[in-house]
Amino acid sequence: MSYISLSDKDKKEMLERIGISSANELFRTIPDEIRLKKKLNLPSPLTETELVHHFQKIAKKNTYSDCLSFLGGGAYPHLIPYVVDYLSLRSEFINPYTPYQPEVSQGTLQVIFEFQTLICQLTGMDIANASLYDGASGAAEAVLMAHRLKEKPRVLIARTVHPQYRRVIETYIKNLGIEIQEVDYSERGEVDFEDLSRKLNDKTAAVVTQSPNFFGIIEDFKKVSELARSSQALSIAVVAEAASLGILEAPGKLGADIVSGEGQSFGIPLSFGGPYLGFMSCSMDFIRQFPGRIAGQTKDVDGKRGFVLTLSTREQHIRRERATSNICTNQAWCALRATIFLETLGREGMRELAWQNIQKANYALEKLSRIKGVKRKFQGSIFNEFVLELSKSPSKIEASLRKKGIIPGLSLKEFYPELPNCFLVCVTETHTKEEIDRLAESLEKVLRES
Amino acid sequence: MIREPLIFEISAEGKRAFRLPKLDVPAKEEIIKNLPLRREVEGFPQVSEVEVVRHFLRLSRTNFCVDEGFYPLGSCTMKYSPKINEKIASLFQFLYAHPAASADFVQGNLEILKTAEELLAEVTGMDAFSLQPSAGAQGELLGMMLIRACLEERGNPRKIVLIPDSAHGTNPSSAHICGYSVREIKSNEAGTIDLSSLAQSMNDDVAALMITNPNTLGVFEADMRKIAEIVHSKGGLVYMDGANLNALVGICRPGDMGVDVLHLNLHKTFSTPHGGGGPGAGPVGVKRIMEPYLPLPVVERKENRYLLNFKRPKSIGRVRSFYGNYLVIIKALAYILSLGAEGLREVAEVAVLNSNYIRKSLEEDYHLKYKTPTLHECVFSDKFQKVHGVQNIDIAKRLIDFGVHPPTMSFPLIVPGALMTEPTETESKRDLEIFIEAMKTIAKEAKGNPGILKSAPHNSYVRRLDETTAARNPILRWSEEKKAG
Repeated sequence: MSYISLSDKDKKEMLERIGISSANELFRTIPDEIRLKKKLNLPSPLTETELVHHFQKIAKKNTYSDCLSFLGGGAYPHLIPYVVDYLSLRSEFINPYTPYQPEVSQGTLQVIFEFQTLICQLTGMDIANASLYDGASGAAEAVLMAHRLKEKPRVLIARTVHPQYRRVIETYIKNLGIEIQEVDYSERGEVDFEDLSRKLNDKTAAVVTQSPNFFGIIEDFKKVSELARSSQALSIAVVAEAASLGILEAPGKLGADIVSGEGQSFGIPLSFGGPYLGFMSCSMDFIRQFPGRIAGQTKDVDGKRGFVLTLSTREQHIRRERATSNICTNQAWCALRATIFLETLGREGMRELAWQNIQKANYALEKLSRIKGVKRKFQGSIFNEFVLELSKSPSKIEASLRKKGIIPGLSLKEFYPELPNCFLVCVTETHTKEEIDRLAESLEKVLRES
Repeated sequence: MIREPLIFEISAEGKRAFRLPKLDVPAKEEIIKNLPLRREVEGFPQVSEVEVVRHFLRLSRTNFCVDEGFYPLGSCTMKYSPKINEKIASLFQFLYAHPAASADFVQGNLEILKTAEELLAEVTGMDAFSLQPSAGAQGELLGMMLIRACLEERGNPRKIVLIPDSAHGTNPSSAHICGYSVREIKSNEAGTIDLSSLAQSMNDDVAALMITNPNTLGVFEADMRKIAEIVHSKGGLVYMDGANLNALVGICRPGDMGVDVLHLNLHKTFSTPHGGGGPGAGPVGVKRIMEPYLPLPVVERKENRYLLNFKRPKSIGRVRSFYGNYLVIIKALAYILSLGAEGLREVAEVAVLNSNYIRKSLEEDYHLKYKTPTLHECVFSDKFQKVHGVQNIDIAKRLIDFGVHPPTMSFPLIVPGALMTEPTETESKRDLEIFIEAMKTIAKEAKGNPGILKSAPHNSYVRRLDETTAARNPILRWSEEKKAG
């Protein structure tokens, strides 16, 4: 295939106008010794039809979608109203770039403004940005922001925060003289408040907790934030499963200073991990240290309402090395999908979505933990994930279930060596009662037979 | 055109656009007892499906996009995004694959990642790739982290990163987040790096040079090999910002010019849609010496099976969750496979031809600060028009009246009043002529009727917006109290 629109005649005329005889001359500034002397070694080009067949063949090697899966852990299967696909694939949304020219980008800008509003409403904050890359790097940006605000060297991070998020934070701060201390978890699977109190002191810039946490347990943001405040530290609330915000109180109303999260649950398919949608919000007081693009409302010369990218003196294209973040291109199209999703579900739909998740997951938890050889690991309240402990090593059980086309969840021993027999089960509104029952029956049978 | 309100302003109690299937397990109120709950998300809209569709359709019609017309936004490579690649990326086995599934279930996805890494390595002459970064700036940050890890192992991470004054703003910002201080190097009269001043700046404290090639003026750094030698001879490393790779594909390769690490922008050179500001993808390519430090996990092929290696003790860690913007990577791979070697070379040839055609056609009407030959883009300025009181922003806004998207104005900082123009290879001669004619008309108007430029655009959904007030008195969200109109 080729996507060139010039005919040979066009090319000839254009070269003539430029005053050269061949396209090769256009590259005369590139010294001969670094020019490629041969063709790139790439597969022969494919036509559209061949290309589709080629990828269909590769796609079939993915057998995941043939399985009944209960995987979550930072990526959640949720229903997506069809209008999200239908509208977001319009050229006018998918084919512009960053709205640098507001007069021809009002659609994108108003969508960002609505997205910011929705994120503020969900998180209980004054301001939100136009998006960040994902939940993990968003959490890292929140830590960098807290460090700039507090100028203190230490950050406390709960071990119940998603292990990948912790790894990304660690990677981001490594070269900046910030020290990380991890805070243990309690028997209930919540952040261990005694350990937190012990580690909090006047060197602490921020405390990072996640709710629902990596074990699916709902954390007490209020208590965390109160403790943080008592040491003049900021409370960073991470939300990896944003569907929970349909029923759980907004972190901002529970005392969080910065909320950062993953918006994949809002109309973005699992997509093997990306593109996803980082979001962040905070109080107006922190605006000068807030990272990322922001849309704001203004008027045009005729007094009509319009929207522009604003407060850009925080950003790299103006402030260069002193910018609040290096982010430039973000995840605008994912934010658009989230906006369509949230506005389509609306007030009642969001509540219902969260309600169904919490009900179905609790139904599954109760059903599964009644099986002989299966134990509910943590007693804390859950949203749509929970940890089960098996009496036997789960790898054999997992293999047997796999033969039945069932992926029971995520094994935790890689992330938490102290939990070798545990796995994390995720149940959302996409799982039917019948499927949950099938998991329970199969697990019971496999345990009995092993 | 109907002025579309905010969705919150058309919301009314009880309307719904979507219903979930009925809950099929017994609901138990007691499980939510003692939880920190909310009754509802306060302020969330309530609208019908028709209202949602009309809302977004009307909003969409106020956007300009590549499918509509010429979009010469310099350094952004606004080329046509092939439609079929969207369809390929939405095959359900890709779309609904969970990223935590064990390798056995996602062999197809891992094959795609590995193949994309290998083909990008071939195109750039690098030895290995990480596809994890979500965009160019995150690629830069990862690249800097790799440099730091490599130098640390050699005994000293060093302190300074050298960056030309023509660089994009993300370069200094990324270096800074990696703990480096930035020293700017001045461009010479040709708009390129001056070898002697580079040699003077280069010492044992300098970790790396961050260079964009071709640079933001569209000029190829012809001394690239010598530049790399100077940096390497003092123990530093060379980072290349690959934002402008569109000019080079199939012509020459960064890996053959002394570059140690680079990032690409798949949404630029490799045609994936820009999405109104992302998602992009910013893969990082490295030479063998940097490979041990690549982020986790790394995809490996063993006897035609693919697996994920998480056990790499020298790895810098992770810059985001999972494996990057996977669906974007599929689209870029589909693009490479549909073009092949000759198709990619033609991309560079025609991109450079189109740009030089524009340059030649407008060089008498618009000032070119640097006369050096350019590749895929050229940076005009408003110097000729300034004498009539017309600035680059006026030219840009007037272009909107002609159905053309304005060029980039915010950089390079070394050209005051810049109009950075990048046509890309997908434009027809007719579309180039529309732009050239518009620019010529505007040049005439600047002399005879500057008022029409000052008040442009004239026919857009909104006219010039008050950005000063937006920043001084920020309204960053809708709220019940501030029902502005």
